[in-house]
Amino acid sequence: MHREFLMGNEAIALGALAAGVNVAAGYPGTPSTEILETVAKRNPGDVKVEWSVNEKAGMEVAAGAAISGARTLVTMKQVGLNVAADPLMSLEYIGVKGGMVVVVADDPGPISSQTEQDTRTFGMFSKVPVFDPSSVHEAYEMIQEAFEFSERYGTPVFFRPTTRIDHGYESIDVKDPGEYKKNDPEGFVKDSSRWVIFPRLSVKNHALIEKRNQELSLVFSGYRRNEILAGAGNYADCRRGIATQGINFSYAMDAMGADHPKIFRVATPFPFPEQKALEFLEGLDEVLCVEELDPVIERALTFVCGKYHLPVKIRGKMTGDVKPSGENSVDSVRESIASFLGTAESAGVAGSPEHESDVCPKLPVRPPVLCAGCPHRASFYAVKMAMEGVKKTLFAGDIGCYTLGNAAPLDMTDTCLCMGAGINMAQGVVRVDPEVKAFAFVGDSTFFASGITGVINAFYNQDSMTLVILDNSTTAMTGHQPHPGTGRTLMGDVVEAVRIDEVLRGIGLTTVETMDPLDLKTCIPEIRRIADEPGVKAIIFKSPCIVRFKPKSGKSKVDPDKCIGCKKCIRELGCPALVLDGDKAFIDPSQCTGCTLCEQICPVGAIAGGGRNE
Amino acid sequence: MSKNIIFCGVGGQGTVLASRLTAAAAMKEKKQVMTAETIGMAQRGGSVFSHMKIGEANSPLIGKGEADLIVGFEPGETVRQLPFLKKGGAVVTNIRPVQPVSAMIGLSAYDSDAMVSYLKSHVNRLILVDADQALFEIGNPKVLNMVLLGAALETGAVGVEPSDVEAAMRERLPEKLWEVNTRALHYMQNR
Ligand code: SF4
Ligand code: SF4
Repeated sequence: MHREFLMGNEAIALGALAAGVNVAAGYPGTPSTEILETVAKRNPGDVKVEWSVNEKAGMEVAAGAAISGARTLVTMKQVGLNVAADPLMSLEYIGVKGGMVVVVADDPGPISSQTEQDTRTFGMFSKVPVFDPSSVHEAYEMIQEAFEFSERYGTPVFFRPTTRIDHGYESIDVKDPGEYKKNDPEGFVKDSSRWVIFPRLSVKNHALIEKRNQELSLVFSGYRRNEILAGAGNYADCRRGIATQGINFSYAMDAMGADHPKIFRVATPFPFPEQKALEFLEGLDEVLCVEELDPVIERALTFVCGKYHLPVKIRGKMTGDVKPSGENSVDSVRESIASFLGTAESAGVAGSPEHESDVCPKLPVRPPVLCAGCPHRASFYAVKMAMEGVKKTLFAGDIGCYTLGNAAPLDMTDTCLCMGAGINMAQGVVRVDPEVKAFAFVGDSTFFASGITGVINAFYNQDSMTLVILDNSTTAMTGHQPHPGTGRTLMGDVVEAVRIDEVLRGIGLTTVETMDPLDLKTCIPEIRRIADEPGVKAIIFKSPCIVRFKPKSGKSKVDPDKCIGCKKCIRELGCPALVLDGDKAFIDPSQCTGCTLCEQICPVGAIAGGGRNE
Repeated sequence: MSKNIIFCGVGGQGTVLASRLTAAAAMKEKKQVMTAETIGMAQRGGSVFSHMKIGEANSPLIGKGEADLIVGFEPGETVRQLPFLKKGGAVVTNIRPVQPVSAMIGLSAYDSDAMVSYLKSHVNRLILVDADQALFEIGNPKVLNMVLLGAALETGAVGVEPSDVEAAMRERLPEKLWEVNTRALHYMQNR
């Protein structure tokens, strides 16, 4: 054992390693990404770990390994689970041999996701048991127990931290590599009555799953992490109780301190520990459920009260006592609890603030922006210029850094739905109005994850659109993971890169043009020409992400004697390095990468000095 | 009771390293540490913060009026976090603004002088750092985090020894950067 200061995701990874995980796979997605990266970084040497092309692929790799007796880990964010849902739903019916933990990071808020879906609810739907940690150190221990449960009951299990656990840090004790459990998987043993899913097998196994989950509800009632804390201090004899989970348990404890009513912390929301819940409800008149995302505990307790005719009032999101959506905080939890306990007057805030905030001057608004020198800025600007004056256009966006192309002044993202959706959505828009000149923007990693089938669909169904691949040779938004086009794997092996242009030509596209978006003069007329061609055409804007591949360029500089202060550069590009100094443009040299985009658009040639130094 | 500290600024300013070094120093002193920080897309020029609790606590997030210290890398961001400061808490802040793109293209206004005067009139224990001047005097544009951290340690609100922060810095940065970072750490002491 030794002590380390670890991010929750690192603790989860080290917990999986301590449990002797043999195979790990996943797809990057905030807030889950660092888990697999840490498995790779701290790999004792024999763990097979990969970035899969998408979550479905990762789930299937893990499934194959798990039915071969290996302990497997698969990681993703909550919306990634939607992509992996198909294999998981069926895998639950056939079960696993080696322990399989599916880590799905939920994102209350949402802080960096499209939805606020709750993996606990998904657990109920898919019948897969769910573990819900409430701190970094608990996550480390709990994932090891999750592997044990999974193996003992022959089912994949969910492990679902939320953002504040994933990205929280704590100093915790962890095992040394010598203390890790050793697993020698026996390998795949043929047995078609077990591993081939047919309706007959499903009928039989479904019954077994329902029985097992009833049993698990009992087993979980004795699981020490589903705990009841007796009322303490001023609330020792209080007939009200609080049921909570995850980080909310920690918020509640911080908010209440030593004086708290009876508390039920639910660590396994599914199968719900019904017997433990009965023990909790004993002697209570009212319960407040403090949870994020879906009212899972609230529904379960309401159900238990109905089933056993208990006269306990269950309150929470559904009764309007806890806010229905968004992230909780120490303050919001404190407020909900205070008004539940009838101490609202004294409990607006715990500390006494230095001052009241409502009168402060207007705070700066800082939505995230594309970095200075980001090639996506050039790509969007080039297409914008090429299509200037065309009445009907569609710029379908997708998921990645380039979603930021929606912000002013570029304003070049008309739609964004989910990974890879832009291509087929563009098809739909054109079906309704064939006069629309449609562009579908997709990043390189997203193209591999779920863009290819979309292109085939558009090509096969003879729609007209321009596909724009923003190829910056990395998965930038989640922190620069490699992907099939980069020719590198997670463990750093150099492999044959999958070429996007060849994939597109292989599908049948005849117009596939690779361009440097930072060369506006060449790009703009080409884009216009391609846009007017019929059918599905592709432009690949190839220019590396400047965060990952720092360009060795000179910095661009504004010559204040030449600058006429028209502000075109600032107004049209929104590059964070371009600022106004008095009435002239000024370039912040600490941010400028010398991409020369501003040099190319200045009407009087006042900017110079950027560009690659040979 | 824990010591509660908030580091805040704009993505890319170096708040994360400052918070890491503080945590590492506290661990050297065998203290329990928890932090929560902004990660992901918001880092691209957005507001970032890191909440830190040194000592006994359950969750890393700090409630309103509970912070002993705010270390602000940008005046507007410091004001944004001010509701978290407890009565009598200390604030160390850079007074030089980072203008958001939305202000540059005229979509919003940002008056950073108003932020500084607001801080002056609302915070008793306030230490203002002129980053431009400090970094010019030190001769390195990249050590703002150490200057602010040094000033933060001076307040006594962190409760860790500068020598432990220095040791943590040496473990993380290459040797050629030790001297300038050490100078930056002690810069505010010598004023
Ligand atoms: S060259 Fe111009 S557009 Fe490119 S990073 Fe520098 S200031 Fe921004
Ligand atoms: S576009 Fe040229 S002239 Fe206009 S503000 Fe920018 S640098 Fe000055």
